[in-house]
Amino acid sequence: MMPDLGKYALWVLSAYGVSIALLATITVLSILQSRRTRRALQAMEAGRKTGQGESARSATPGTVKEAANG
Amino acid sequence: MIALLARDLRLAIRAGGGFGLALAFFLIVVTLTPFAVGPNTATLSLIAPGILWLGALLACLLSLDRIFALDWEDGALDLIATSPLPLEGAAAIKAAAHWLTTGLPLTLAAPVLGVLLNLPPPGFLWLALSLALGTPALSVIGTFGAALTVGVKRGGLLMSLIVLPLYVPTLIFGAEVARRGAEAQAIATPLAALAAISLACVALLPFAAAAALRVNLR
Amino acid sequence: MSLWEYANPTRFMRVTGAALPWLWALTALCLAVGLTWGFFFTPDDFRQGSTVKIIYLHVPSALMGINAWLMMLVTSLIWLIRRHHVSALAAKAAAPVGATFTLIALATGALWGQPMWGTWWEWDPRLTSFLVLFLFYLGYMALWAAIEDPDTAADLTSVLCLVGSVFAILSRYALVFWNQGLHQGASLSLDAEENVHDVFWYPLLVCIAGFVLLFVALVFLRTRTEIRARRIKALETRARMSAA
Repeated sequence: MMPDLGKYALWVLSAYGVSIALLATITVLSILQSRRTRRALQAMEAGRKTGQGESARSATPGTVKEAANG
Repeated sequence: MIALLARDLRLAIRAGGGFGLALAFFLIVVTLTPFAVGPNTATLSLIAPGILWLGALLACLLSLDRIFALDWEDGALDLIATSPLPLEGAAAIKAAAHWLTTGLPLTLAAPVLGVLLNLPPPGFLWLALSLALGTPALSVIGTFGAALTVGVKRGGLLMSLIVLPLYVPTLIFGAEVARRGAEAQAIATPLAALAAISLACVALLPFAAAAALRVNLR
Repeated sequence: MSLWEYANPTRFMRVTGAALPWLWALTALCLAVGLTWGFFFTPDDFRQGSTVKIIYLHVPSALMGINAWLMMLVTSLIWLIRRHHVSALAAKAAAPVGATFTLIALATGALWGQPMWGTWWEWDPRLTSFLVLFLFYLGYMALWAAIEDPDTAADLTSVLCLVGSVFAILSRYALVFWNQGLHQGASLSLDAEENVHDVFWYPLLVCIAGFVLLFVALVFLRTRTEIRARRIKALETRARMSAA
């Protein structure tokens, strides 16, 4: 199964190793970050809905607008 | 405009930092070089143009964060922005003041320090000329970097990280002129390129710096 | 006034949310097929031996390292002209991805250069300009991280991206000139498009497609994260203001 890499096996394998490790790192980091912010946002919005009742609904478009306007 | 220039120059001289600090730093870098690479005069004269350019560049970097920082803190920058003088003009003046207090003294000092590094005789003229042409670009690029980071507290390190990659082309052509000059080779191409970069930076970057300042003053 | 702006992040979230699973699947497929094909089922080059297999990583990542910066340039321009928030956030999201690709290109370049040129690092204009590009990425990300107000940060990084692009191109030409000045015509670099045989070319194409897809998927994912983070910040501000 393993191809014969000859005398350059070390270089080729380490090139693949380094690249795949870096790609995996950025991917995993992005996914973790995405999960963390999604959970935080969900928790926050759930808290608003239960805690503040009708004021939450009227406030939501405003906050999004605020988010869009900065 | 001239009033602003005169004010900046006066402040720089009175603070004592403008001329003194950058020049002292330049001297120290040049002095430390032989300690790092050994006292062999042949080696030193080989690397002298590059070291002198690098030292001048770093000395230039050292004083950049003061271009806007003090005016930012005491609110003078807001006054400058609301004055009839366009902000682009103010940025250009700031860069000019920085060059007069840093770039020009460095240019004048470089041939003297060249003696310490055993710079070959034909190199002196070209070293001075390349620095005279290149340091305005360094000042203007630095002004842009300072304008970007003026709102950041302790932004000096950040500014270095932003400004140094922008210095690459200027450094390459400037050091190339000095090196070829020292080896008595043809210098027309890098000299023209260096002059082109310098002129383009002086012409265009004040606009970018002013744009960054406007964002920061918003 | 705000309907258009309001609709856009929401629409972006909806569209990318629906597209992401497919994108990930396609990315995985392309990368798996391309890299397996390249690694296991291509012959060795008669001159480079098995190191030719490194191009399946090196060329696509180098390509994406540059393209990521180009994408950031375009999105920065859109932000400066249209004030389109998703655009600014996409530029922010793309920077670490682009920096990673650039780093991979540098690392694989060094690993290829060691057995081929006999040195880890050659101050070849191509390699050096990638190093400079990597420095530009670092400065850009540092500026994003340093400024608190998101709109100020977006504006300043956009300006930096524009100016940086000009200087990156300048550096590229300066480096070509500089290296010529040192040693004449050292054309050792691997010119993939010109001298690569079909046997290497097809798996390379699949790998390039895989890297492009991976980039798009990562940027979508990270932009979604940024939009959510911005929303959290807005909600927090609102909560503080209503509490006060």
